[in-house]
Amino acid sequence: MNPILKSLLILFLVIFIPLNLAAGLIWLERRLLALWQDRYGPNRVGPFGVLQVLADMIKIFFKEDWIPPFADKAVFVIAPAIIMITVLMSFTVVPWAPGATVANMNIGLLFFLAMSSLGVYSIVLAGWASDSKYSLLGGLRASAQMLSYEVFMGLSLMGTVLLTGSFRLNNIVDAQRHMWFVIPQFLGFVLFLIAGVAETRRLPFDLPEAESELVAGFHSEYSGMKFGMFFVGEYLGVILISAMITVLFFGGWRGPWLPPIVWFALKTLCFICFFILLRAALPRPRFDQLMSWGWKVMLPLALINLLVTGAVALAART
Amino acid sequence: MLSILRTLWNVLLHMFHRRETVQYPEEKPYLPPRHKGRIILSRDPDGGERCVACYLCAVACPVDCISLQATEDETGRRYPEFFRINFSRCIFCGYCEEACPTYAIQLTPDFEMGEYHRQNLVYEKEDLLINGPGKRAGYNFWRVSGVQIGGKDKGEAENEAPPVDLHSPLP
Ligand code: SF4
Ligand code: SF4
Repeated sequence: MNPILKSLLILFLVIFIPLNLAAGLIWLERRLLALWQDRYGPNRVGPFGVLQVLADMIKIFFKEDWIPPFADKAVFVIAPAIIMITVLMSFTVVPWAPGATVANMNIGLLFFLAMSSLGVYSIVLAGWASDSKYSLLGGLRASAQMLSYEVFMGLSLMGTVLLTGSFRLNNIVDAQRHMWFVIPQFLGFVLFLIAGVAETRRLPFDLPEAESELVAGFHSEYSGMKFGMFFVGEYLGVILISAMITVLFFGGWRGPWLPPIVWFALKTLCFICFFILLRAALPRPRFDQLMSWGWKVMLPLALINLLVTGAVALAART
Repeated sequence: MLSILRTLWNVLLHMFHRRETVQYPEEKPYLPPRHKGRIILSRDPDGGERCVACYLCAVACPVDCISLQATEDETGRRYPEFFRINFSRCIFCGYCEEACPTYAIQLTPDFEMGEYHRQNLVYEKEDLLINGPGKRAGYNFWRVSGVQIGGKDKGEAENEAPPVDLHSPLP
């Protein structure tokens, strides 16, 4: 096939599939939450209620797109776009299957970390531009939380980078030919999982939203499709983090018998379900608890993990 | 930490529990006979309207959703000229039923009153009146209270007891 055509096709699929998956995830999440709470969840619209998402989409498109008169209009409009852009950009480096990556960069992992850091701006700017107490508090919390969890998110991944010797995600997947990195890097995996939950602002780390304290946190003032973008952005983040866990710790597309993309999808789905289970089961910590865990427990653990991995790698080389 | 993992596991096990949801339109819930739902106006065993248009229900109603107009027939018996309940305001508290001296107004175990237009939720007397005594089968207000007719006051006819003196402290 013409290489340009092929990359265009991959580009289209990488944008199209995650966006639709994110929408489908809303349905999946509602059904799974219901399952774990002994309810049914949406089961009326279409078979098993799958068309509920479509109905909600149509509804959200027809909602009034209200920009509060006191808001900083330009920033208010840009903020939800930033989160979509950064998350979708991160998807470009994810290796879905051998050869199916938009950008096979030699700094793929760094690019992912950089993009997820930029995502904070969306939240902070949304909280700032809304010019309301609740939004500002949500934005403040988001900036503090994401800053402190990013630190050890990056550090927790350095173990895998050390073992592979490359930031290229394809190389990391290749290095897991014999053993998934979850075994030598179990601590790194746990830390990355926790940081990932905090980065996507999912329960139990959804303090920037915290609907029982802050109305809806940073997106209190948003309505219509702008709110929808935050919503879809969050679910895209869940897919992204699940995909990254699969790539970095669970051997990516590798697996016997089934085609690579199916393995990738299956592993990612497992982590998505785990994200939803976290939401169904765990209460939200207090904000000071969240911060002190981040700095006093997680960061030292990540550093120790890095130190030990480095020492072992060095010892193995000599 | 361990408790967090245990919570996750326990919640996961809920996958195998029976679901509590009642699939409503297909599966009707049981409503006890005294459930407070759609309001009706009943008739006494002889088929006459029980309501004497005393306005007590309208006064008792906390949301003012009952409106009626009293009038009299040729024998001087009071009855409502119109009797209107706005069900879009009714909170089904049952105070009207408590207040009614004649057991005319009663709440029934029916709640499926959905309408597309609010105006359709305003029920007139024709919509409210039923052809039976409702929950109070044998009761006829006029038989108990007695009736005053020309030349005869309450309790003066044969087999009639004099009415209770409301102002006496003794029973
Ligand atoms: S049930 Fe309560 S709210 Fe409804 S009409 Fe009777 S008194 Fe009014
Ligand atoms: S329904 Fe009962 S309380 Fe209401 S006006 Fe008629 S008799 Fe009086």
